[in-house]
Amino acid sequence: MTELNTLSRRDFIAVSAAASGGMAIGFHLPGRAEASTAKGAELNAWVTIGSDDTVTIRVHRSEMGQGSSTAIPQLVAEELECDWSKVRMEFASVMRHIRENKVYVSFATGGSRAIRDSHTYLRKAGATGREMLKMAAAQSWGVPVGELKTEKGFVLHAASNRRASYGSLAEAAAKMTPPAEVKFKPDAEWTIAGKSPARFDVPEKVDGSAIYGMDVKVPGMVHAAIKQAPVFGAKLASVDEAKVKSMPGVLAVVKLPGDGAVAVVAERFWQAKTALDALPIAWNEGDNAKVQQATIVDRLKQGLVEPGAKVRHEGDFDGAFAKAAKKIEAEYFAPFLDHACMEPMNCTAHVKADGVEVWVPTQNIEGSLAAAAEAAGVTPDKVTANLTLLGGGFGRRGRQDYVTQAVHIAKAVGKPVKLIWSREEDIQHGTYRPISMGKLQAGLDEKNELTAYAHKVSGQSIFSHLLPHLVKDGWDASSMDGTYNQAYKMPNCKFDYVMRNSHVPVGFWRSVGSSQNAFITESFMDEVAHAAGKDPVEFRRNLIQHNKSWLNVLNMAAEKGDWGKPLPKGKGRGFAINACFGSITAHVVEVTVSQRGQVKVDRVVVVLDTGHAVHPDNIAAQNEGGVAYALSAMLYGEITIKDGRVEQSNFHDYESILIDQMPKVESYLSLTQGDWWGGVGEPSMAPLMAATCNAIFQVTGKRIRSLPLKHHDLKWA
Amino acid sequence: MVAIKVNGTTHQVDAAPDTPLLWVLRDNLGLTGTKYGCGIAQCGACTVHIDGNPTRACATPLSAVGTSAVLTIEGLSKDKSHAVQKAWIAEQVPQCGFCQSGQIMAAVSLLEKTPKPTDADIDAAMTNICRCGTYQRVRVAIHRAAGNKA
Repeated sequence: MTELNTLSRRDFIAVSAAASGGMAIGFHLPGRAEASTAKGAELNAWVTIGSDDTVTIRVHRSEMGQGSSTAIPQLVAEELECDWSKVRMEFASVMRHIRENKVYVSFATGGSRAIRDSHTYLRKAGATGREMLKMAAAQSWGVPVGELKTEKGFVLHAASNRRASYGSLAEAAAKMTPPAEVKFKPDAEWTIAGKSPARFDVPEKVDGSAIYGMDVKVPGMVHAAIKQAPVFGAKLASVDEAKVKSMPGVLAVVKLPGDGAVAVVAERFWQAKTALDALPIAWNEGDNAKVQQATIVDRLKQGLVEPGAKVRHEGDFDGAFAKAAKKIEAEYFAPFLDHACMEPMNCTAHVKADGVEVWVPTQNIEGSLAAAAEAAGVTPDKVTANLTLLGGGFGRRGRQDYVTQAVHIAKAVGKPVKLIWSREEDIQHGTYRPISMGKLQAGLDEKNELTAYAHKVSGQSIFSHLLPHLVKDGWDASSMDGTYNQAYKMPNCKFDYVMRNSHVPVGFWRSVGSSQNAFITESFMDEVAHAAGKDPVEFRRNLIQHNKSWLNVLNMAAEKGDWGKPLPKGKGRGFAINACFGSITAHVVEVTVSQRGQVKVDRVVVVLDTGHAVHPDNIAAQNEGGVAYALSAMLYGEITIKDGRVEQSNFHDYESILIDQMPKVESYLSLTQGDWWGGVGEPSMAPLMAATCNAIFQVTGKRIRSLPLKHHDLKWA
Repeated sequence: MVAIKVNGTTHQVDAAPDTPLLWVLRDNLGLTGTKYGCGIAQCGACTVHIDGNPTRACATPLSAVGTSAVLTIEGLSKDKSHAVQKAWIAEQVPQCGFCQSGQIMAAVSLLEKTPKPTDADIDAAMTNICRCGTYQRVRVAIHRAAGNKA
């Protein structure tokens, strides 16, 4: 199993981190993120142990519900061999990270990378800490380190029957030189990792005490509401400030640099929003206002008949397809999608004489710090960036647009300002999942074996505007993920990419390329299997014989998902499998489709190979959530463009499933282990749309080649 | 100044009568457990109880509250000891958690009216959006709090 699509995301970290350089040792930076509450001796940047045996473990990834703020300490604690009941977590300081030469490696929390990109240095932090504690005990007792063992927060010397708690050794241990090399435990010896302890962030989320970005309180703080140009790229023509200046609580009307937005600042948020709604604003909308949904879709369609950039060509597709006994061809469509995090975008900022402080619910606090420095016109060492909890992320909060805005507004008013986007701003100013189409062709020989396969993607590119250096030879790996890099054996194949950008901003949306490509690839694979007259799982099995991990996932899903067992009329079962962000996922979905065409997803069996599993219950939670997120998108999700702007505006027209539509989700792990560590948040959901549409086909005979499903008539007789 | 009774205490607040209760709670009283999610009574992140009834605070003007008793997530218990809160922890329901104050307030209200809810009762009463997709655990936790076998 090779790592999939890691190049792109790793480069992304490098880029976002590169924006913030410079350091100032000893510079006083107040604020929650900087003020560690850990008491005791620090063994390294990750671990501090108090004389009361409390172990503080620092977490460098944001917590948006994915559970990393528990899983990261688990991995450190596993190698530290401490007592889990004594462990507490705190978020690492990004200011320290900058001062100490990137000591926490990366704060970027996306690409399902919290564990898969951190496990080596996290375990090393725990293991070196453990060895330092042993060295301290060895010195104190005058015995060789090799005679010492550690267990649940104690160093033990069996020969002399002595033991010392970590807390009693921590101060001396902190003075030891950490060993250069440490060995890690195999998963079979794990006692903390691989279990599912209660998450640290759950208790504060049941009594309202959890602090999200929106809940930050700063003395003297005022509130801002913002209106961004409805047509992307439009500019402010005029604002009639006089109309709102005397409204209750209003303090200022602030035009944002670049004339793309205007904010009203007031004593309280509702006053700001009320005044903003009353504020006469005129925009120079420009040519983008002529762009319609059909304009964008037509350009994508045209792209499907153009040659495009070569992504992967093997064998002789054209020759093999020409000779094929059966030819299957189809076009697929996937719309723009919004993230619609429960917590609308927001940021609190305070620009002071000696620097700037921000409080941000972000997937990359280091990026926030850089954005704040740039907006305030100060060097990064003058920024204090405080990470809060995130009310959802899904890729949206890797961007820093709201930070830049908040700092500019704070600079204009000279007070701490909390900027909150309305839900309407949030839906209409997203960084959307790119719109995309696929043209697929497959050829079967007389024995119904797959002999030719082609997939051309025509769609909008994320990298071309966000990280242009990652567009190599004309193609964007984030647009192609889930097509060319799957395990299927394809002797004569070609995968091509046609970039079709629009003025609509796009970005990473949970599972990224596979969010559309797993739907397209795995729906089409089902079409080909049916054309071949073969069972869809059996057909796939024959194409992945060489890949044991894929085979194990497929087989476990078929078994746990009761594949092949009879279902009553009106019910169907569908299968799909995908690899992305380092993991393999298969879904078996059971649906009921009424004869009037009403779809109910009853049951989803999820099998995931993440290589290793640090917190299995959390993986199950991600599977459940991933299914719900993908299901909402599949049933209802679309952002459409009219006159250059987004048509949808709130949850009434950008819908989500509710509890009554939630299927029963069953989670299973098929772990390859070894050197392979895969992600969770994104892979968990990738196959859902295809597996569901394949199940619907079983009932209705109708093949779904475009989403969302709400546009399809699924009546059957 | 307007008088408003929240979590058993009467407060005098300086807010326009058309200010949604949500923003009075958050900005005037500092009770930030009640969340803003949509502003149009769709998502339920702002669910509070008014005289025991689950209500979308974002679409309830201060003037409509009058002398009614408002209960927010902060007033549910002092120590996370309400049966619903305990069930939420036991089932590890929250992910991002932003919708959970509203989910919990809706669940408390459901259980007060229907102590042993069926799945159909839960489907009918729980209309809160959770973008993280914690619905499966919400259901199990409600059954747990009710003492039903999930």
